[in-house]
Amino acid sequence: MNPLQELDLRLTRRSFLSRTTTGIGSLALASLLRPQAFSQSASDAQAGKWRGVVNPTHWAPRAKRVIYLCMAGGPSHLETLDYKPALAELHGKPMPESFTKGQQIAQLQGQKLNCLGPQHTFSLHGQSGQQISDALPHIGKIADDICIVRSLHTEQINHDPAHTFLNTGTAIPGRPSMGSWLLYGLGSECEELPGFIVLVSSGGGQDQPIAARQWHSGFLPSRFQGVQFQSKGDPVLYVSRPPGVRMQDQKDVIDRVKSLNSQLNATVDDPEIGTRISQYEMAFRMQSSVPDLMDISKEPEHVLERYGTKGGDGSFAANCLLARRLAERGVRFIQLYHRGWDHHGGVKRGVEVTAGHVDRASAALITDLKERGMLEDTLVIWGGEFGRTPMAQGDGRDHHIKGFSMWMAGGGIRPGTSHGATDELGYNAVDNVVSVHDLHATLLHQLGIDHKRLTFRFQGRDFRLTDVSGEVVKPILI
Amino acid sequence: MNFFPCSLVLMGAIALATPLLAVDGTDAQQKTGPIQFNRDIRPIFSDNCYACHGPDHNKRKAGLRLDRKDEAFKELESGGFAIVPGNPSQSQLYRLVTTSDEDDRMPPIKTGKHLSQSQKLTLRTWIQQGASWEEHWSYNPLKRPNQPAVKHSSWPSNPIDEFILSRLEAENLTPAGDASKVTLLRRLSFDLTGLPPSPEDAADFLSDPSDRAYERLVDRILSLPQYGERMAAHWLDLVRYADTDGFHADNYRSVYPYRDYVIAAFNQNMPFDRFTIEQIAGDLIPDGTQQQKIASTYNRLNRTTEEGGSQPKEYLAKYAADRVRTTSSVWLGATMGCAECHDHKFDPFTTKDFYSLAAFFADIKEVGVGKPAGTPLPTPAQEAELDRLGTAITAIEQELTGHTNHLAAAQKEWETGTLGALDQGHFDWVTIKPVQYSSEGNSTLVLREDLSIAVEGTPEDAPTHTILLATDRTAITGIRIETTPGSETGDAPFRLTGVEVEAMSGKSIAWERLKLVGATASSQKDKAAVAASIDGKSNTGWSPTDNLENGRHLAAFGFEKPVSGGAGTQFRVRLKQESKDPNQGRLQNFRLSLATVPHPDFNDHGLPVDIQKALRLPTDQRSEKEQQQLVRFHIDFDARTVELGNQLAAARGAKAEFEKSLPTTLATVSVEPRTMRVLNRGNWMDESGQEVLPAVPEFLAGKGPRNPTERQSRLDLASWLVSDANPTAARSFVNRLWKICFGYGLSRVLDDLGSQGEWPTHPELLDWLAFEFKSSGWNVKHVLKQIVLSHTYRQSSIASAALRERDPYNRLYARQSRFRLEAEMIRDSALAVSGLLATELGGRSVKPYQPEGYWQHLNFPKRTYQADKGDNLYRRGLYTFLCRTFPHPSLVAFDAPSREECTANRVISNNPLQALVLLNDPTYVEAARSLAQRTLQDSTGTFRDQLDRMFRFALTRSPTDREVQELADLHAEQLARYGQEPEAAARLIAVGEHPVLKNAEPAQLAAWTSVARVVLNLHEFITRY
Repeated sequence: MNPLQELDLRLTRRSFLSRTTTGIGSLALASLLRPQAFSQSASDAQAGKWRGVVNPTHWAPRAKRVIYLCMAGGPSHLETLDYKPALAELHGKPMPESFTKGQQIAQLQGQKLNCLGPQHTFSLHGQSGQQISDALPHIGKIADDICIVRSLHTEQINHDPAHTFLNTGTAIPGRPSMGSWLLYGLGSECEELPGFIVLVSSGGGQDQPIAARQWHSGFLPSRFQGVQFQSKGDPVLYVSRPPGVRMQDQKDVIDRVKSLNSQLNATVDDPEIGTRISQYEMAFRMQSSVPDLMDISKEPEHVLERYGTKGGDGSFAANCLLARRLAERGVRFIQLYHRGWDHHGGVKRGVEVTAGHVDRASAALITDLKERGMLEDTLVIWGGEFGRTPMAQGDGRDHHIKGFSMWMAGGGIRPGTSHGATDELGYNAVDNVVSVHDLHATLLHQLGIDHKRLTFRFQGRDFRLTDVSGEVVKPILI
Repeated sequence: MNFFPCSLVLMGAIALATPLLAVDGTDAQQKTGPIQFNRDIRPIFSDNCYACHGPDHNKRKAGLRLDRKDEAFKELESGGFAIVPGNPSQSQLYRLVTTSDEDDRMPPIKTGKHLSQSQKLTLRTWIQQGASWEEHWSYNPLKRPNQPAVKHSSWPSNPIDEFILSRLEAENLTPAGDASKVTLLRRLSFDLTGLPPSPEDAADFLSDPSDRAYERLVDRILSLPQYGERMAAHWLDLVRYADTDGFHADNYRSVYPYRDYVIAAFNQNMPFDRFTIEQIAGDLIPDGTQQQKIASTYNRLNRTTEEGGSQPKEYLAKYAADRVRTTSSVWLGATMGCAECHDHKFDPFTTKDFYSLAAFFADIKEVGVGKPAGTPLPTPAQEAELDRLGTAITAIEQELTGHTNHLAAAQKEWETGTLGALDQGHFDWVTIKPVQYSSEGNSTLVLREDLSIAVEGTPEDAPTHTILLATDRTAITGIRIETTPGSETGDAPFRLTGVEVEAMSGKSIAWERLKLVGATASSQKDKAAVAASIDGKSNTGWSPTDNLENGRHLAAFGFEKPVSGGAGTQFRVRLKQESKDPNQGRLQNFRLSLATVPHPDFNDHGLPVDIQKALRLPTDQRSEKEQQQLVRFHIDFDARTVELGNQLAAARGAKAEFEKSLPTTLATVSVEPRTMRVLNRGNWMDESGQEVLPAVPEFLAGKGPRNPTERQSRLDLASWLVSDANPTAARSFVNRLWKICFGYGLSRVLDDLGSQGEWPTHPELLDWLAFEFKSSGWNVKHVLKQIVLSHTYRQSSIASAALRERDPYNRLYARQSRFRLEAEMIRDSALAVSGLLATELGGRSVKPYQPEGYWQHLNFPKRTYQADKGDNLYRRGLYTFLCRTFPHPSLVAFDAPSREECTANRVISNNPLQALVLLNDPTYVEAARSLAQRTLQDSTGTFRDQLDRMFRFALTRSPTDREVQELADLHAEQLARYGQEPEAAARLIAVGEHPVLKNAEPAQLAAWTSVARVVLNLHEFITRY
């Protein structure tokens, strides 16, 4: 990226400006604008490094990276993490109108609203005694490592806007997703791979489309956008050399590009050229680091066994294993989507089948990270874009935004705890309610960022991931 | 008050330090001349005060409002005045921003906002100087500013230069030297056509020594059709044009005629006011043309959803808000989005303004959820064809009506005749003797005397019997299967899973598969209806019950169209029994017969039983239903009716088919407007808000004409946008033209000229351009021409170190800017220099190469990207199919927007994915090979000669000695490598569909391809200097 723009980024940040204009800053500001300062920032840029605008962090971070396991489609909290015996008693009977009157309803609009009792049994797990559905036996086994939040709510009731809201803090497209904010704020520790990587799998329900918008950098420069790893073809788009071109040939071409660019720079003196050269070097490194990442032949058999994958099949399990390998390499934000949770009908069987794709590998990831000592600085989040209605839609459930659940682990989150609750029928989040912006604030907090101070000026306004709200959920932190 | 001396010292230090600072907006500008409210004070207020003392009345504190003059100077609720001109210490505002009491200090600590000492000093100076007030600059009426005086009077080429130079002189700076002719040519080509110049273009321009050579070049380039394409690309970003609907399933919708309209509008240099009116209200223009209707597609370019479970009301609210955001960004230079939920914090837009603006669009015919229907767009010739097809249908319909009337009149006569024929057995099923018969199972078929076929052998296999019948009969309407239970049948009866009939009429030489309809049977089991034997499925079929009809089971099937028949006609019948269940019964014997009566049913007399019954009743004893049945049957029975019916179906089909082939667009259709009300906090379910009528923002409306008696229309809105009442349309448009030519706007926040935007670097110049734009009749080419003819534009972009230090962001234009080309231009350049570019204008969007599986996560329905063939692979990036949720990754890498929202300013980034695209995307590999081919084809001689040719194609210049040396080395290495591995060479040069040069030596071509790959990857290749 252009050093001028890098400066622009810094200079447009309100907190930076206010810091600099009060203290030693005036000098720092002046020096930043001098060309001597360019050489410094240009050499940084030449090394391909973006060190982030929150540098140093606002406080000591508890987590260095995030693995977000996004259960796309909206898993039923009532069959996974939030047991409601009272709902079982009302099974088949009308949903009390006091819950539903004037509420936003998706496909059940205008239909008779009857209760559907929990379709799966729940058990108490671990020393913490957390209550988890029997459809998720492996997650049950890591109950003491996770914190279940049962009081989330969101604002968007359809998949596409709800994902956009969950990722960017608003349903209007064009805003950066949380991974992009993190890269902008902190940079990445990995110089051979992008700092924000997305993996998508499916199985178990009708696959909801996931737009590339979900990992877009919005108004932030595109170097902060997520890069989707494909399960078919090149894992990273265009990473493979053209046919008939060996690594050495590619290197020879890149070396000439570099040399000719340097010669041009002697004439036109363009700081962008330095950046361009470093980006070619990064691209070249990616051409070997990506195949190396994808090559799991050296993973021991028991690890593959634990995740339940042989790898390379684009399954959620394979992606979980890749997530760990990405985390090891210092990737900042790793987001997995599993598109199989939209159970409008047959929620009992549906949850069972989708859980079959997800449960074992989710738990394996936590255990694996823990064994490697990485769980303490990796924040793992597991959950969907919304929950599902306590009311029946045939033998399934409709979209529901007033109350749903997620679990989190690692990265300074208090393990073996539950936080918040929905009402007795699982309709409204009522105790210790957590909004999507609260979740964002908490995530940023764990990475050492004050969510109110990570801003970017666009269209004349300082935007942030949490828009104008968001409170850190303190009780779930260690 | 002891802060005062202390802060004075501090302020002094900062004031002294100021000249050392580089030019960075307001700070640097403060040192010239007196304080100007808009430039110096308003940004401080806007950033720090307006959230509580601005337009949003719900958030206003202490009743103080600092965005309006009358409010800012009135007596405070608490007594005293915020601002006392000439007297800072009496001014509450100044007192509170400087107080040491943290509880009282403004802005409050909890807001996180903080005034710097220099900002406080600025406020103080402003009040001291008399606190002069200006309305926000962008909302002031347009006037032609006076030309400033300049010392270096020979430098300016036109008035633009005087504005630039006078500021440079005030800053003690001198303009850069002129750019070289080559740089200028490339710059102009990229800026105005998005393409590099060809070697021929270069030769023409470089060899023209006249003073007017450059102006001639400008005129020529402005007249190229590629100019319209380039300008359209920019406009399409603003109006968020795309080929898919954007939400969820993100399906295709046809709006490309709008894109072509925009290209044509720029190429015809359509006045911008007309361009505006046609887009917003083209459908409302009396006697509007088809082009104007196409233009109105602007109103339908928002994202729409088809997702099940979405509430139409919610989505209609989303669409309405989307239109307000876009329209206000494009024509008001304002970001009104926030006024959806609350009054704008910084500019005087209220939520009422937001919904009143939305109300202009409330008449648009649309659905909240579902696929929008397109408007067909026939050409005049196609229109004539449609008329002709329509007339043909009407003619047949008329004849049919006449004929059936005639038939109805002759009903009684027909009934008598039919009854007679029935009684004489004319309609009876006629058993046909099989001429061939075979079974695919282990059974053997034996023909009996009564023409039935007996099945002998193993009943437990799953036999399919094939029977060939021969007949001379004509107009055959159906076939019947007649079977008796055989002695060996087990507990379960047979199950006929498939009946297939083919016919070869007398004169025909090919089998025609007949469509079977109207299956009837003497009996059928509950889950084995006779219709299941012709449903195409192998696991369903017909089984009779135990009830026999005269000792038989019967099933009849009509033919959708009668078989003409005649001498030598044959039928081939396949009877399938695909159940593998060993307990399943099998056909034991069967007989086939044919009928000639319409809609035959299974009974022996062919004519449907209820028709027979009705016929035999005297007319006055029939029920109404029976009478109607008879009339309808008569009509259906009549050969001429059948023929006419077939003709009608064919004519209607032809018209439908033709309509399907016509291009469509989502033109705006106006209907009764929906009620629009203010949605409290943007909540679509809250219906308590005030109802609003269409109205332009109130604070701007006062300056324009209004007609309060009649509901205003989109036509009123569009006319108002380009009226004198709205100065922001012209300002924001010329600001964006400046951006095209310099990389930045004169006001740098392109979509917000409001108080949170930036004070223009050259406000008078911006107004001069805007005024020139309007007074020239909204002449886009005229303004562009003025800009590119200016000396400012023609400067070199090379900046001295000293200048870069003084003005890193080129706010003063003592040089030209340099920037990376936009995504589409990079693609277009590669195609152009390699000779691949297809220059066709407009048409359906195209699909160039795209990595496999990139669309795999799209659903409802799932789709596979199918790249185009031939020329469509080489069209400009402007025409690449734009799927909003998965835009083409090669363009996205270079910051192409997804066109979900209005984009006024594309980010320009420099990232590793760009390197991967240029190195590995087959588009660029193919382009490199084609460039190599072109080079080898067009030149002979030394390596240097050939490389010279390649450089002239790609970079409009000759290579330097060092470049020749390095690339000669690369060429030699690669030639050696590919010489040894011809297979690798063959694979490299096979990338892409473009044919490989005949007679090319593969190793040579591959080596030159490597050289060309270097050239296409050069920074210079993707940068405009």
